[in-house]
Amino acid sequence: MIFTIAAKELKALFLSPMAWAILAVVQAIVAYFFLIYLDYFVTLQPQLAMLPNAPGVTSMVVAPLYATVATILLLVTPLLTMRLISEERRNKTLSLLMSAPVSASEIILGKFVGIAGFLLLMLLLITLMPLSLLSSGQLDAGLMLSGILGTVLVICSFAAAGLYISTLTAQPTVAAVGTFGLLLLLWIVDIAGNTGNENNVLAYLSMLNHNQALLRGIFSSADVIYYLLFIITFMVLSIRRLDAERLQH
Amino acid sequence: MQNNTFVQVKDVSRFYGTSCAVNKISFDVKRGEVLGFLGPNGAGKSTTMMMLTGNLAPSEGEIIINGIDILDKPRQAKANIGFLPEQPPLYRDLTVDEYLRFCAQLHRIRSAKIADALDSAKQRCGLTEVGPRLIANLSKGYQQRVGIAQAIIHSPAVVILDEPTVGLDPIQIREIRQLIRELGGEHSVILSSHILPEIQATCDRVQIIHRGELVLSDTVEGLNHYMHESCLVIVLRQPPAVAELETITGVTAVETMDEQRFKLYHEPGQSPAEALVELAVQNQWRLTELTPEKRSLEQIFVDITTSEKTADASDDAAKEQVA
Repeated sequence: MIFTIAAKELKALFLSPMAWAILAVVQAIVAYFFLIYLDYFVTLQPQLAMLPNAPGVTSMVVAPLYATVATILLLVTPLLTMRLISEERRNKTLSLLMSAPVSASEIILGKFVGIAGFLLLMLLLITLMPLSLLSSGQLDAGLMLSGILGTVLVICSFAAAGLYISTLTAQPTVAAVGTFGLLLLLWIVDIAGNTGNENNVLAYLSMLNHNQALLRGIFSSADVIYYLLFIITFMVLSIRRLDAERLQH
Repeated sequence: MQNNTFVQVKDVSRFYGTSCAVNKISFDVKRGEVLGFLGPNGAGKSTTMMMLTGNLAPSEGEIIINGIDILDKPRQAKANIGFLPEQPPLYRDLTVDEYLRFCAQLHRIRSAKIADALDSAKQRCGLTEVGPRLIANLSKGYQQRVGIAQAIIHSPAVVILDEPTVGLDPIQIREIRQLIRELGGEHSVILSSHILPEIQATCDRVQIIHRGELVLSDTVEGLNHYMHESCLVIVLRQPPAVAELETITGVTAVETMDEQRFKLYHEPGQSPAEALVELAVQNQWRLTELTPEKRSLEQIFVDITTSEKTADASDDAAKEQVA
């Protein structure tokens, strides 16, 4: 049942020009960054060759590329998640799901799988760029995989937060603005924590910090658990919100 | 007994904040019955239907669909329901086939049987030719039919239609009514409307709901009984005094509509027409028109809902006094 809803969600995305436009624009911008990083690496290569233990192409090109992808998706994901529930509510199609023999968890999970599937597809297309470097050199597979894992976790967290905000309103634009605000806040929340060592909590909350370690190739289970907890929290909140639709209020 | 009662509603209430939308409604719907819900705007029709379909949870009371409590086992109970809300829940970007396929999957029809279910639903709703078309490009009438097809695709025990003929042209309305009558054969149908002739034409039983309460529940025949002629409209070229008309046997009251036109009220079944014609000939009133007027369902409806209002007002007054 989850996959029925997910498949319908993916289909609906590709039926609208929005998904294609987003795929194209993101691909173009990421490609531009990819070329910049590559160019930078090529210019520095003679100097790097003289250093012992010099950083390779993976940490000079691939890692910053994934960091950029995360930032771009911070801007893009709200546009994709905004219509998940709010548009159903606005077009009164939510009652189709609500009166079908489907639970709220199945609806939310289906929506999540659908949108995460789309974002992962986007990531797959992006990953083809660094993979193209294989034609003329070698990549550090471990570092790259850890970068991909970090990006996947970030993307899924964005999707979960966006899904939750979308359950709160009937206006897709409000959902987009709300999601963007929430994600940006969680991204930069550690700025306040930078002044002293006391405010570690804020630094810990920042999504950026947890991604950076993974991009450097450091797999710490604390970071992975942070993202998993983030995703689960917003999924549970979404399910509860959708369930509350029926109740007295 | 249990097997033949598809819907049981017991003392169901629903509050929005402090305002009470539905107040202790109870009713049953039997197999094959078409039940019409009638009521003015905001009477609680849609709220009741939303509760029956699990879109809203009742604040109090119990709803049992085909022997399953909708609060205890929502999934099993919902499998027995097909629902067309006031605004058909259509994904406008999909084609009719894609949409109905998705609905069939949502209702857990096995994939081997989906094609059959799709065909029969489309055939019953007259959608066979528009299968590959986008829902957004269909006319309102066809969209409504897609909405109905969606509600019957899994052959549920109970089909619930909220104002199914809104926005349709007269021919489409007739077709939809025909379809509803057909559905009544094997499914139970609950439909709401504020169009009275529609209820008369399609339903076996009528429930009038007003201010969240059931004020009348009767069969259509029973209602027809209420609607016996009780009034004659006559035109007299040379009318006598009103007092003289009042003396005719059987006439309870006379209302002057204009100089020559009168309304004669009488007890149901005791028409003074014959006596009137005789007198008219004798006295040369020059009777040119005589029309028995039926009390329409509309009148009954207006009578019930307005009398209820005054009763409520006195109730409120009584409450205030107690307070």
